[in-house]
Amino acid sequence: MSVEKFVGTPKKATTHTNQSEDLIFEKSSPGKKAYRLAELDVPAVDAASLLGESARKDLGVMPELSEIEIIRHFTRLSTWNYAIDLGMYPLGSCTMKYNPRVNEAVARLEGIAEAHPYQPESLSQGCLGIMKTLSDALIEITGMDTITLQPAAGAHGEFTGILLIRAYHESKGNPRKKVLIPDSAHGTNPATAAVCGYEVANLKSNAQGMVDLAELEKMVDEDTAALMLTNPSTIGVFESDIKKIADILHAKGALLYMDGANMNALVGKTRPGDFGVDVMHLNLHKTFSTPHGGGGPGSGPVACKKILEPFLPTPVLVTKADGMLGLEYNRPQSVGRVRMFYGNFGMFVRALAYILANGPDGLRQTTEDAVLNANYIRAKLDGTFELPYKTATLHEVVFSDRIQAKNGVKTGDMGKRLIDYGFHAYTVSFPMIVAGAMMIEPTESESREELDLLIDALKQIAREAEENPELVQTAPHSTRIQRLDETTAARKPILRWKAPVAATPLAVDTAAKEW
Amino acid sequence: MRYLPKSPVDREEMLAEIGVTSIDDLFSTIPAEFQLKRDLAIPRQHGESEILDRFREFADNNAVGYSSFLGAGVYRHYRPVIIDSLVQRGEFLTSYTPYQPEISQGTLQAMFEFQTMICELTGMEIANASMYDGSTGAAEAIMMAVRVTGRDGAVIARTVHPEYREVIATYAQHQEIPTTEVGYTENGRVDLAALDATVTKDTACVLIQSPNFFGTIEDVAAIAEIAHAKGALLIVSIAEAVSLGIVRPPAEADIVSLEAQSYGVAVGYGGPYCGVIACKEKFLRQMPGRLIGETKDKDGKRGFVLTLSTREQHIRREKATSNICTNQALVALMTTIFLTVYGKQGMKELAEQNLAKAAYLKGVLSAAAGAKVLFDGAPRFHELVLQLPKTAEETNTALLQHKIIGGLPLAKWYPELGPNASLWCATELTTRKQMDAVATALADKKA
Ligand SMILES: Cc1ncc(COP(=O)(O)O)c(C=O)c1O
Repeated sequence: MSVEKFVGTPKKATTHTNQSEDLIFEKSSPGKKAYRLAELDVPAVDAASLLGESARKDLGVMPELSEIEIIRHFTRLSTWNYAIDLGMYPLGSCTMKYNPRVNEAVARLEGIAEAHPYQPESLSQGCLGIMKTLSDALIEITGMDTITLQPAAGAHGEFTGILLIRAYHESKGNPRKKVLIPDSAHGTNPATAAVCGYEVANLKSNAQGMVDLAELEKMVDEDTAALMLTNPSTIGVFESDIKKIADILHAKGALLYMDGANMNALVGKTRPGDFGVDVMHLNLHKTFSTPHGGGGPGSGPVACKKILEPFLPTPVLVTKADGMLGLEYNRPQSVGRVRMFYGNFGMFVRALAYILANGPDGLRQTTEDAVLNANYIRAKLDGTFELPYKTATLHEVVFSDRIQAKNGVKTGDMGKRLIDYGFHAYTVSFPMIVAGAMMIEPTESESREELDLLIDALKQIAREAEENPELVQTAPHSTRIQRLDETTAARKPILRWKAPVAATPLAVDTAAKEW
Repeated sequence: MRYLPKSPVDREEMLAEIGVTSIDDLFSTIPAEFQLKRDLAIPRQHGESEILDRFREFADNNAVGYSSFLGAGVYRHYRPVIIDSLVQRGEFLTSYTPYQPEISQGTLQAMFEFQTMICELTGMEIANASMYDGSTGAAEAIMMAVRVTGRDGAVIARTVHPEYREVIATYAQHQEIPTTEVGYTENGRVDLAALDATVTKDTACVLIQSPNFFGTIEDVAAIAEIAHAKGALLIVSIAEAVSLGIVRPPAEADIVSLEAQSYGVAVGYGGPYCGVIACKEKFLRQMPGRLIGETKDKDGKRGFVLTLSTREQHIRREKATSNICTNQALVALMTTIFLTVYGKQGMKELAEQNLAKAAYLKGVLSAAAGAKVLFDGAPRFHELVLQLPKTAEETNTALLQHKIIGGLPLAKWYPELGPNASLWCATELTTRKQMDAVATALADKKA
């Protein structure tokens, strides 16, 4: 396609480039510029003589464009994305809620955005104040005793939390060997246990999709370091026996880790610290509204009980005798650092702005609305889709594709068909305890009208699955591109752009000569 | 609450449709004893203007109106305005990981462009779609080298950022990866003889940083030779990515772990930044993190997808190459826009300006009474280590009177350099006036 462009082959009709935006490298022309450096106010230097052997000669395919072209390139690309700002994004477990814009405004205030992590503490009281105010709020929300904001995302929080548990057991003389993980858990849980040097023991869920107490009792022993439990679970069910679960673990000296990915179901209604959790992470990019940005950044603070405090990563935020805030590095029992500096600070700013915008009443209402929305969808779609677990659910609902699969229509197909109705797909094929899972999490950010549209669309898709399965199986039909060949992508990976081997397009394109 | 799109009537009607009488019925699976019956003790609900006021107050409590000479792994470079114009588009800002490629081509294509630029800049063949940051990226790179080689030792240069080394220690401790540190010579570079003596046939990898923590550019080729002679991989960590505009890429490395913060990401008190791992293609299967690949749809139209996910936690669980899930996508997009703005010519000119400013800073500082610039025997980018007659803390306290934040005291990590050593940085944003002001302040009797 780029060959055509280079030689100016006449086209049948002009298709505007915003229908098919080339890669930035294909749009580049030598000599174009989108920058103008400030005038150099010191003598210029000769890089070649300063650097000698270490001097770079060439920057290869790095692009050259003007500012307007760059704006158009990325703006066009942006229009090919679905986003919360366009409509409901019902990805279960991901908590795709509204990302308030005041959060972005405050994160960009100069005194905050320009603060260097090594500037003196006396000149960082604002940043430390943000961390302190956020920490206090999160401690209160979780009912825990203390917190570290250092982890960069949920999985990184899990890593930190399990390290705390390991350090705790080591301080008692034995790190123990295994971590119990329910079969309904997110993949990061077992992956984390492995990075922390633990064996993973798979805990089978009971018929309700919940922790099987008898099984747990059997499995917990003196080699068990912890149970990593998601509560509410990945099927949206609150573990009503949570206190018993904690007691079984504690009786054997094991600890209870809670994956807090689903805290949007609990904030202001109940507190993990009150129901026996020893350590947990939060996802500020889920519950506390910081934007997902197409995959990140996140932030995964870890809150824990007093018994784990000595092991927190360094530095620890402290209030000094004179009332000033400071960072304490001398913590002999610490697990060490999990990240340089203090974490994804910009996310702390946004999460705190969200908490301030809500206050206690707003946060409670938020949780209630999230749970209301999920239960509304559940009530309206139960029967249209199979509900494998009948237990009451909180913030999300997991259906299965069993009814539609009889016609060869799978959860993935229906997710893709949902795109034709103007929505992002729900989470497909997770959790693994539900065959053909359709995991829907509306969050509080959806109006009743938007929920009704989703419900309507899914009912229509169920009808289509009966009457015209192929229509669903080949969806989406309304997007710029069709389903992509993922098999070839993995078999013959092309992971970067390369300049065409023949640099002169004329050598390739004979049609051009005729023209 | 202004973010919630429901009227009281909506709520009532929805409860009726569900078949319950009150919202609390929906929370009945939470045992009564654990139901919170009070308000959370957190700040009250704020109006938007109050939120702005509150954060302005926080901002004013930071170092406003100071000129700063801090670098040390975080660099203040100019951020072209269009970066924020573009990344604040809701389509980028408020989308999730591109699991549904048909409606995520924007993020996917941009990340493919990111991967391509990172390959070009680092001299590697493939790059992932980001890691949390440079420190965790370096730790992941070491674990990757351990998987690739089947060996388990890591040799780490002491000229690698001290906080990176702390993070690596945290990751390595339970992976049973023994780590050994290798020192530096008086030109501030890795001690090659010591390195040669330390690397053994059990060494999985050698990790260096270039430009290193002192700002000195390492002899990557010589280090690669030593590592490779014993069958170890060479990992090069780069904390100052702008250097790649003028410094030869570490093409002899097997893995490069880059912190891309310098590419248009605000210093922002330590994050979010953008780590990324790049490597030789043959190590593809051991790469952690997400990868974007090019493919076609059934009409033959080019498109991009998340690929090779059998390496990742959601498929491989405890056998995954890493536990990473959420990465730094939006920050990677910022860096992609930055790199596009500066491009092939601008990256070079920008790096040259940094060199020029650093040269001027060196002149100013070395002219101060009793000052000595260390490690002068090897090329450096834009940082330098300075010894002054007083302790770095004393000097900095005096400089603060002049609204100057001096270099980073090094004694905490490098006691062998004495209490008077500090690390100074100048970028293209450091003005001659600011540097001259340091000279004046250092000459001040009170200083
Ligand atoms: C239940 C659960 N646990 C853990 C994670 C991992 O969190 P993160 O992606 O922030 O690393 C996720 C989200 O992706 C999740 O849904």
